[in-house]
Amino acid sequence: MTSLVHRVRSTGPVISRIVAALFGGYALAALSSVAVLALPLSKPQAVLTGMLASFAIYAGAVIWVFAVRSALKAWAGLLIVAVPLLPLAWSVS
Amino acid sequence: MSSLHTWAGLLLGWVLYAMFLTGTVSYFKDELSQWMRPELPRLSQIPDQSVVTQRVSDELGKIAPGTSQWSIRLPDERNNSAYAFWRTAPRNPGQRGFAEGNFDPATGQRVTSRETLGGEFFYRFHFQFHYMPVVWGRWLAGAAAMFMLVAIVSGVITHKKIFVDFFTFRWGKRQRSWLDAHNSLSVFGLPFHFMITYTGLVTLMALYMPWGEQAAFKTPAERQQLSAELSAFIQPGKPSGQKVPLASVADMVRQAQERWGRDNVGRVTAVHPGDAAARVSVARGEAGRVSMSPQYMEFDGATGKLLMVRESVGPAAETRGVLYALHLGRFSDTEMRWLYFLVSFMGTAMVGTGLVMWTVKRRQKLPDPARPYFGFRLVERLNIASIAGLSIAMTAFLWANRLLPHPLESRADWEVHAFFIVWVLTLLHALVRPARSAWVEQLWAASALLFMLPVLNALTTQRPLWHSLIERDWVFAGIDMMCWTLALLHAVLAIRTARQGTASQSLLKPKRKAPIAIASSEGAR
Repeated sequence: MTSLVHRVRSTGPVISRIVAALFGGYALAALSSVAVLALPLSKPQAVLTGMLASFAIYAGAVIWVFAVRSALKAWAGLLIVAVPLLPLAWSVS
Repeated sequence: MSSLHTWAGLLLGWVLYAMFLTGTVSYFKDELSQWMRPELPRLSQIPDQSVVTQRVSDELGKIAPGTSQWSIRLPDERNNSAYAFWRTAPRNPGQRGFAEGNFDPATGQRVTSRETLGGEFFYRFHFQFHYMPVVWGRWLAGAAAMFMLVAIVSGVITHKKIFVDFFTFRWGKRQRSWLDAHNSLSVFGLPFHFMITYTGLVTLMALYMPWGEQAAFKTPAERQQLSAELSAFIQPGKPSGQKVPLASVADMVRQAQERWGRDNVGRVTAVHPGDAAARVSVARGEAGRVSMSPQYMEFDGATGKLLMVRESVGPAAETRGVLYALHLGRFSDTEMRWLYFLVSFMGTAMVGTGLVMWTVKRRQKLPDPARPYFGFRLVERLNIASIAGLSIAMTAFLWANRLLPHPLESRADWEVHAFFIVWVLTLLHALVRPARSAWVEQLWAASALLFMLPVLNALTTQRPLWHSLIERDWVFAGIDMMCWTLALLHAVLAIRTARQGTASQSLLKPKRKAPIAIASSEGAR
C-alpha cells in the first residue's frame, strides 16, 4: 500500500505534465485559434491566421510545461494564458 | 528538457524516420512514377498544353458523359502523361464517387501501362500511411510532426553550445561519434528541418485545427469564402438541365498560356461539362512561383467567355500558400530539387542517428550487456527493421513493379502488399537474429537489392541504362545510377557496422571488470 502511494507520488507529477503538454497544450492552441477571430481581420484571413499560429503555440506550451520546476506551475502557466483568451473566444462563437 | 528531447524523439522516432525517408524520395515522385511506367515513352518536348487539354477533354466526354466534374493535370517537364479524375455516380447516397486515369498526350486516349501507384505510393504513405483510414493516418502523421517540432525546439535548448558542437567531430569513438553525427546533421539542416516540420503541419492544418473555422462559419456559403482562398477547384453548382456542348477548352488554355507562359498551365477543371451552366477553370502551374495559392482563370463553359481572373488571395492565405509550396518544393528546378533531396536525406539520417544513439548510450550502462532488458531489446530490434528494413522494403516495392506480371488483378495493390510483406519479414529477421548480425545482414541485403535493380530493369524493360544514357533520358539513367549510389552507401554502412561489432566485442571484457572506465556520458545529454 505504501509502495503504491510512493509510486503515485513519484509518477503523478510526470503524468500530470504529460497530460498538460498533450491536451492542455492542444486546448490552448485551439482556444487561441478561435480567439484570433476577435482581431479586426476578414473572417477567412483570421481563421487562417489562427490555424497557422496554432502549432507554434502548441509547441511553446509543451516546452513550457517541461521547462518549469513543478507540474503545478506548468498548469498555472497554461491557465494564465487561457483566461484572457476565453472571453475573446466566447465573444466570436 | 533533455529527457523531453529523448522521449519525444524516441516515441515517434520510427514513424518519423519512415515519414522522412518516404518524403525525401517523394521529391522525385514524378520521376519515380515515370520509371515505374516504362511503357510510356519519354516526352522529348512538352506538347502544346492547349491541344492536349482538348484531346483529353474530348476523351472524357466519351468515357464519363454527364459527369458533374472532371479535372486534368497536364503533362509538363516532369510528367510524361496527363492525369485526370472525374466524379462518378456515388455507390451509396451521401458518398462521392471518383474515377481516375492517365492519358497519352499525343492521342488523348487512356494509356495502357502496367497498373501501379508509382511514386504516388511513397508520397501518400509519407502523410497518411496505409492499411488504415486516411484520416487516422493523417492524425498520426500530425502527431509525429508535432513531436518532431517539440524535439527540434527542445533539442536546440538542450544544446547550448550548438555552434561549437557543429564543428566538433570525434571519429571512431562510438557513442561520441554517434552524438557528433546527430548534432552535425541536426544543426546543419536545422533551418530546413524546422521549416519542413512546421510547413508539414500547415499542409493539413484545417484537419488538425478546425475550431476557428467551425466558430467563424455557419453556412456552406460562408465556408466557400474560405476554400476559395485555398484552392482553385470551383464547386459544382446546380446544373441547368439544358444540354449545351462544352466550348473549345483549347481556346481557354491558350488565353492562360498567353498570361503565364506556354508550359505553365497546371490544371484544367470543368464542372457540369455539357450543360448550359458549365464552368471551366484553368489554373496556373506550380513552377516558377513559391506559392500554392490558387491562381486561375474562370470561363463560361458554354460560351467560352472569360468570367474572371484570380491572381491574389489575402495575406494569411498567401502565407499559407507559400509555406505549403516550401514543403512540397514543386516550384524548384532540378538543381534545387536535388538540394531538397539531399537536405531531407540528412534529416532522415538525423532521425536515424538519434534512434541508434538511444541504444548506443544505454548499452554501456546495461548491468549485463549480454542480456539487456526487454525495453532495450525492443528498441534495438525496431530500430533495425525501421531503418535497414525500410530500405529493403522500399527497394522491394520497385522490384515488385518490375517482377509482378501484367495484367494482374489489382496489381497496384500487390506492389504495395509486397512492400509491407517484405517489411514484416525484416522485422521477423531482426527479432530472431543477434542485433549486430541483423544490422549487417539487412544492410547488405538492401545494398544487394539496390545494386541489382538497374540489372533487373535492363532485363525486364526496353530501357536499360546504356540505352537511357545514349538517349539522354535522365529520368531513367538518374534512377538507375541513384540505385547504385544508395547501394554503395548501404555497403559502407554494413562494413562499418560489422567492423564496429568486432571492435566492441574485444572491448566488452575489460569493460565489465572496470565499470568506472565507462564515463557517465555527459549527464546533461
